Amino acid sequence: MGAILAAALAAPGMAGAQTTVYIPDVVELSGAGAVSGTNWRDGIILAIEEVNAKGGILGRKIETPHLDTQSDAGISRAQIQKVLDNDPYVVLGPVFSGSVLVDMVLTQQAEVAEVVAGEAAAITQRNNPYVFRTSFGQQYSMPKIANYVRDGLKAKTVAVLWVNNDFGKGGRDSFLAEAKARGIKAVADIPTESGQVDFSADVIKLKAANADVIFVYTNEEESARFLREAQKQGIKAPLIGETTLLSQKVIELAGPAANGVRGHVGLSADAPVPALQQFAEKFKKRFGYVNDHNGIKGYTAIYAIKYVTEKIGKFERKLFAQTLHGLTIMPQQEPGILMEASWDQNGDIDRASFLGEVVNGQQKIVEVLPKLGK
Amino acid sequence: VTSFIQLLVSGLATGAIYALVAVGFTLIWQTSQTINFAQGEFVMLPAFFILVAMHVLELPFWAACLVGIVLSIAILGVLFKQIIVDPMLRHGVLPLVISTIALSLFLKESAKNFYSSQAQPFPALIEAHDISFLGVVVSAQSLVVLAVALGTVAALHGLLHHTRLGRSMQAAAQNPTVARILGIPVERMILLTFVINAVLVALASILISPIYLAKFTNGDTLGLAAFVAAIVGGFNQVRGAILGGFILGVLDNLSAAYVSAQYRGAFPLLLLITVILVRPQGLLGRVEERTL
Repeated sequence: MGAILAAALAAPGMAGAQTTVYIPDVVELSGAGAVSGTNWRDGIILAIEEVNAKGGILGRKIETPHLDTQSDAGISRAQIQKVLDNDPYVVLGPVFSGSVLVDMVLTQQAEVAEVVAGEAAAITQRNNPYVFRTSFGQQYSMPKIANYVRDGLKAKTVAVLWVNNDFGKGGRDSFLAEAKARGIKAVADIPTESGQVDFSADVIKLKAANADVIFVYTNEEESARFLREAQKQGIKAPLIGETTLLSQKVIELAGPAANGVRGHVGLSADAPVPALQQFAEKFKKRFGYVNDHNGIKGYTAIYAIKYVTEKIGKFERKLFAQTLHGLTIMPQQEPGILMEASWDQNGDIDRASFLGEVVNGQQKIVEVLPKLGK
Repeated sequence: VTSFIQLLVSGLATGAIYALVAVGFTLIWQTSQTINFAQGEFVMLPAFFILVAMHVLELPFWAACLVGIVLSIAILGVLFKQIIVDPMLRHGVLPLVISTIALSLFLKESAKNFYSSQAQPFPALIEAHDISFLGVVVSAQSLVVLAVALGTVAALHGLLHHTRLGRSMQAAAQNPTVARILGIPVERMILLTFVINAVLVALASILISPIYLAKFTNGDTLGLAAFVAAIVGGFNQVRGAILGGFILGVLDNLSAAYVSAQYRGAFPLLLLITVILVRPQGLLGRVEERTL
């Protein structure tokens, strides 16, 4: 009897019944998604430290273990099942869209909201009322890039290099559809593998395609390896990307090879938004490196949860999900949200975004794009 | 044609690195019957030695490379032989194989835990630029990689076949008993092959890490590629391992460009199966013979 009581008290959900709220994070801390996952985790840690220092949410401290998916959808599913057994209030992560698509079925069955960092269009197209994004889905970001390719770069042809996983395939499909609708012809369509290390054959094929612009949609480390190879092989066409290609980690890994890369950036520490810049300073001071967009996603996820919970006044999981649908959070209401953000009925997020370029090893924002809903 | 030549040069550059690692496989197999399944991790690790020397000791790149090579000789050469190979070999080949598999996991997880799970930037030997030759533009970095790897292989070939030391190593590999009777210090010769292997993997690491970035998982790809290259070329011939490395590098690039990028990983394995079925001793290997 004593053992049963001890075991019950040891369960995170029970132990925290009075003083903590259990919000586990299932995320890529090793494998191909480690860069994104580490940023996401550290953004969460920073926000939790701030929130807990001010008394937590409705008087309860946030308790967030970080469980590694190893960038594997199967392991991610097992980790989600594990945390669901401990009665979480909300689940955070993962970043990889393939893992999100597997995990969100479980959180939906458990009626627990899952705040994710995945960007594949399919995530919010499955009528799941418990999944919420922290960044643009591809169906919102790709039209912005296609407009930039047509209007900003005046390109008639494009070559596409993409990573062959749920994230890359979704982005490739969305981008090609948007490009076609704008009269931009795809002259090369090159899939690559997650974790690929050698891009020499792909770069030579891209050179042979002789496109006006090259659209690159891969994860961080692959993007950096590609850029190094592209520089090595002397690719001259403009290299265009969506957020990842211009991220701080890619710039750090690719070095001078990243200079000249352009594209759309959903979130950026270099954006002309004081709250984002202050966040970037805090992040660097706390963790010793410059965050990318995933750090901002993790940070704002915690503040969105805090705002919604305080708005409803209790830890009610279903009510949390219902309230976040159709909600807009302004920085004046919750400074931790950094930028005005709205969630629609599918769990998609809308907020301002940016066009950027890498200049001398730094991401430079050249234009601010308004919210789609404005 | 231009694309084909570019693919060929790029493939030869990658193949040259595979060849360095495959030669190491062959050398230590020939002298000590050790199939080192941690060979891929042996290539991964020197890059982290060099990064530590650069970022912690604040040494310039060339000095850090020297530190990396010295540490590789000490840890991946001498200590590997004395702590793992010597005690395990007397129990047979299989326990030793299992030990090297365990070592590969240990090295991989150690690099992840003590340095980072994320890829790290690694300096290239020269800055990226193109070289035009008869209308064909090729990457200068690929040519440098090719030149360094070929130079290393040529030096090794010279050592093994044109020096007294090399002939002693050959004798120690072919027939250790007779070599001992002839007064050749067999144990020292065997140790020397482990040291040479350590230098080869350190050089491979310096050449490959600017392309792959330094990451704890790099050994997975490299170890498998070099193992396949050694078998395809002939596990008991250094020149076979060199040929296998070049074939694999070129095959990988050409198949990715002209057949299927998705199935690029399958082509080397198809080649391996074909060689095993048609010529089990490898393209340049000899049946039941041990020589360097």
